[in-house]
Amino acid sequence: MITKRIIPCLDVKNGRVVKGVNFLGLSDVSSPVELAKFYSDNGADELVFYDITASAEGRQLFTDILCEAARTVFIPLTVGGGINTVEDFDRVLKCGADKVSVNSGAIRNPSLIGEAAKRYGDQCVVLSVDVKRVDGVFRVFAKGGRENTGMEAIEWIRRGVDSGAGEIVVNSIDTDGVKKGFDLEMLDAVCNAVSVPVIASGGAGCIDHFTTLFRTLPKVDAGLAASIFHFGEVKISDLKKELKSQGIPMRI
Amino acid sequence: MVGIVDYGVGNLFSLRSSLVAIGADAFVSADPKELKKADRILLPGVGAFGDAAEKLQKSGLADFIKEEAKGGKPLLGICLGMQLLFEKSFEYGEHEGLGLIEGEIRPIADVIPADYKIPHIGWNALHFEKTDCPLFRYLQEGDHVYFVHSFYATNCRDAVVATAEYGAPLTAAVAKNNVFGCQFHPEKSGGVGLDILRAFCETEESSLC
Repeated sequence: MITKRIIPCLDVKNGRVVKGVNFLGLSDVSSPVELAKFYSDNGADELVFYDITASAEGRQLFTDILCEAARTVFIPLTVGGGINTVEDFDRVLKCGADKVSVNSGAIRNPSLIGEAAKRYGDQCVVLSVDVKRVDGVFRVFAKGGRENTGMEAIEWIRRGVDSGAGEIVVNSIDTDGVKKGFDLEMLDAVCNAVSVPVIASGGAGCIDHFTTLFRTLPKVDAGLAASIFHFGEVKISDLKKELKSQGIPMRI
Repeated sequence: MVGIVDYGVGNLFSLRSSLVAIGADAFVSADPKELKKADRILLPGVGAFGDAAEKLQKSGLADFIKEEAKGGKPLLGICLGMQLLFEKSFEYGEHEGLGLIEGEIRPIADVIPADYKIPHIGWNALHFEKTDCPLFRYLQEGDHVYFVHSFYATNCRDAVVATAEYGAPLTAAVAKNNVFGCQFHPEKSGGVGLDILRAFCETEESSLC
């Protein structure tokens, strides 16, 4: 049986992981490579590297670090941030990325999804969407959640899948950072609209939130989080053991 | 020394890195003369079967691989590389493969329930159909490996050494004498995957499975 995936997300800026980390035993807590290895050794099913660098130098540094991580960990790697062209796909795939996540780049140029899917396969293209309720309607936000595009989210996600997106990351702005649990209503709406894997993001604060996610919405394939893993509030190995004991298929 | 066949489909960075990680001597080449120097051959691949099979044929690598395999050199196909070992595929038309293992490639949609997602993507447990396959010498029944595929090998007689349950038992690994294939990605399957590659690097010529 296929297992549910637990995915830590590393935000990388100028070659360092941002958002503090306080693991014991790591000599350099903001080294993306060390942190990737730590997560991989502790049971992460996949890693997301998110490039939040703006400068060209920073981008090169990110690419170098990605290569180094791919030489060190042997689990699937997804890369996001700053992906605007098919050349950007090429740049990160050559460094060992398995999947590439598009967000604002696809909003600016929706044909990017189809072009990339045609060249690298649907399984390679992840559509990441920042969604927020506005007057009771799910809207797509761009630029890291700062700008309302006015697009209805479910429609946008459907369109993305039709164009070739092989996986969807749903990041609920409404629950992100609040640590009161995933946005089950929003995720349910997405799961009912598409038949590709759906990754839940935004709102995880404790182990119970993951249990509730996979129990309530069996169609959700993976849970993604950043700070609760980085700060050690939830240990991935503990999380997976607990989920498994609750009957949720896990790779231990 | 492991020769990784480069025929222009998919990037080989992770595969090469994983071999380096287990201390294997590996090189990537598109040249049969170079690859002939290797004592075992890895055939990777992502993408469409028809396109890949054509590239192998046109480059002369198809004949080379068949000769080497028939001569007893250990050969491991990964993902699409495994599918290419078979006689034919029904992925978008009908295409001829290398024919080193009896059987054919068909859509998983033919056998899995309608509410299962395609592709079969993620970590799934290996169920051993045979326990004496040299690839699994460091593994245990139920170990998880990483899959990404929409087509699977079927009618492969007794070549199936492991399956993965996804609404139906899907062929996960095959072996016939010195020819091996993994539908999953050992180079993305953590320690379990590295153990499979390590075991492959220790296989002897013409070792039976």
